[in-house]
Amino acid sequence: MSYNINNNGYYGKFGGAYIPEMLYPNVEELRQNYINIMAEPDFQEEFQQLLKDYVGRPSPLYFAKRLSEKYTTKIYLKREDLNHTGAHKINNTIGQILMAKRLGKTRIIAETGAGQHGVATATVCALMGIKCVVYMGEVDIKRQAPNVARMKMLGATVVPATSGSKTLKDATNEAIRDWISNPTDTHYIIGSVVGPHPYPDMVARFQSVISEEIQKQLLKHENSSNPDYVIACVGGGSNAAGAFYHFLEDTNVKLIAAEAAGHGIDSGESAATSALGREGIIHGSKTLLMQTLDGQITEPYSISAGLDYPGVGPMHAHLYDSGRAEFISVTDADAMKAGLELCQLEGIIPAIESAHALAVFSKKQFKPNDVVVLCLSGRGDKDLDNYINYFNI
Amino acid sequence: MNRINKALQSDKKLLSIYFTAGYPELKNTITILEHLEQSGVDLVEIGLPFSDPLADGPTIQASSTQALKNGMTTEVLFEQLENIRKTVSIPLIIMGYFNPILQYGVEAFCKQCQAIGIDGLIIPDLPIDVYQNEYQAIFERYGLINVFLITPQTSEKRIRYIDSVSNGFIYMVSSAATTGKTSGFGDMQMAYFNRISALQLNTPQIVGFGIKDNATFKQATTYAKGAIIGSAFIKHLNEFGIEKIDTFIKTIRD
Repeated sequence: MSYNINNNGYYGKFGGAYIPEMLYPNVEELRQNYINIMAEPDFQEEFQQLLKDYVGRPSPLYFAKRLSEKYTTKIYLKREDLNHTGAHKINNTIGQILMAKRLGKTRIIAETGAGQHGVATATVCALMGIKCVVYMGEVDIKRQAPNVARMKMLGATVVPATSGSKTLKDATNEAIRDWISNPTDTHYIIGSVVGPHPYPDMVARFQSVISEEIQKQLLKHENSSNPDYVIACVGGGSNAAGAFYHFLEDTNVKLIAAEAAGHGIDSGESAATSALGREGIIHGSKTLLMQTLDGQITEPYSISAGLDYPGVGPMHAHLYDSGRAEFISVTDADAMKAGLELCQLEGIIPAIESAHALAVFSKKQFKPNDVVVLCLSGRGDKDLDNYINYFNI
Repeated sequence: MNRINKALQSDKKLLSIYFTAGYPELKNTITILEHLEQSGVDLVEIGLPFSDPLADGPTIQASSTQALKNGMTTEVLFEQLENIRKTVSIPLIIMGYFNPILQYGVEAFCKQCQAIGIDGLIIPDLPIDVYQNEYQAIFERYGLINVFLITPQTSEKRIRYIDSVSNGFIYMVSSAATTGKTSGFGDMQMAYFNRISALQLNTPQIVGFGIKDNATFKQATTYAKGAIIGSAFIKHLNEFGIEKIDTFIKTIRD
């Protein structure tokens, strides 16, 4: 069985491009060109150069000694939190802005939830001098004022999404509607491994630098390029897709996805898509999604805005469905505790998204000799208010 | 013969109306359909509301949200329509996004449509290749016409492919926009209408998006077989109520 994408744009039975005809020319143009463009030597040269000099790659693979002692196993942290703009999101936006330029696009649109992908998109647009419009739910704009300010400082226009629940799902809808209305000059930089084919595959390829580096770095640390486990948090699933990518077909490497359970899977306030979702279609992709019996998409909840999405990328739906990856539900409380623990044991303040992955250590026992790599997808600066309120600091 | 094909054979330009089922009130579906037939509408698209209507502008989004709040579901719509063929004889199409239909079961959905007397479906996010590979046989088994969209950006090659798979009419989206966003037709749209007409397709075309009054209806049907009004009708419904449907339709026709 293959765990990567097939020639028709599906991971097993998940994926595809369930889009209105209005989007077909743009999506088809991208589908026909993305692999060739990414393979061009001058594209690779520019991409690698920017990852190195602008993003600050390779990000360190850090052996977390005190955390390892606490959980009696060998824990390495892949430090995506040290990237420029503070998370893995920039790997994808660098790749996509170069793609957009080669497709001759002069205007960029993006969706954002907490604002991390919006900031990463606004950043690369400033870098390239391209006009940038970011759609953000009206509710999220109020919750994430610093990131809204950052995007504005970087020259982006932030447009509030006022439909539906006024959060990430609705911001994505508005970005898609913008693309329908601007079919020739605009490229849509989707922030995760979601959306119609070829987006999940393209974003996974841009993020795959994470596992590529893990292999090289682990070889030096452990004399083997493959760990026993890779752990990552999954909302849409882009950091997990990048961290899993080069290990997908090697089943000796076990994959663990941490999902946001909010107040608990059965609380009605959760974003644990694998546990609560059924096969369906969201944002142009057939995948697992949280929905009513009648097929209406439901509102997710998580303390982490980055995991607050009712679907999951089709790659992850397939990893779940096939049993290739183990999905572990992590509540707000578990995640906040694990986040604070990393601060105190290692001097690293993680993003609350990444804290969900860290919480896996309190839920699953690893062997003392297991080599466990955890993708620390982002830093926690953006979450300070959340930490302060939660712990009454 | 399917009612849609029969209507397409008539000499006149067809007026098609879209409305969202369950809006403004849950119980309005049948009354609206009866008023539309009595006021001389040729064809109706019954919108099955969806939480995330990607191709729709604010008016239809809002009506969908309200309809869902009112309690509209696939099941409820089918119950409401059970006896519709006793009072309404014009062609009826259900227009909805794919996920609710997928959850109901595509075959079960089609079977129910046939039992009620629905003539066709418009599912904007069901791609033509998926339809051909997985669902065409089911649609045909239950005598349903499937309507595909084309836009000003659709290539001639793809238009000819869509033409070859179509068995009713082609839904010609007037401009690059979501529903309800276009204000009047300019030279670009007229040139596009003319270009499509010159392709001499086998399938008749009906224009949608941006038709709101007599002038735009006339422009849209200069070359095409008919035109569809959605957002403008819903706005009128919202402002003047069901009793004034007849007035709205008359202004379009005159």
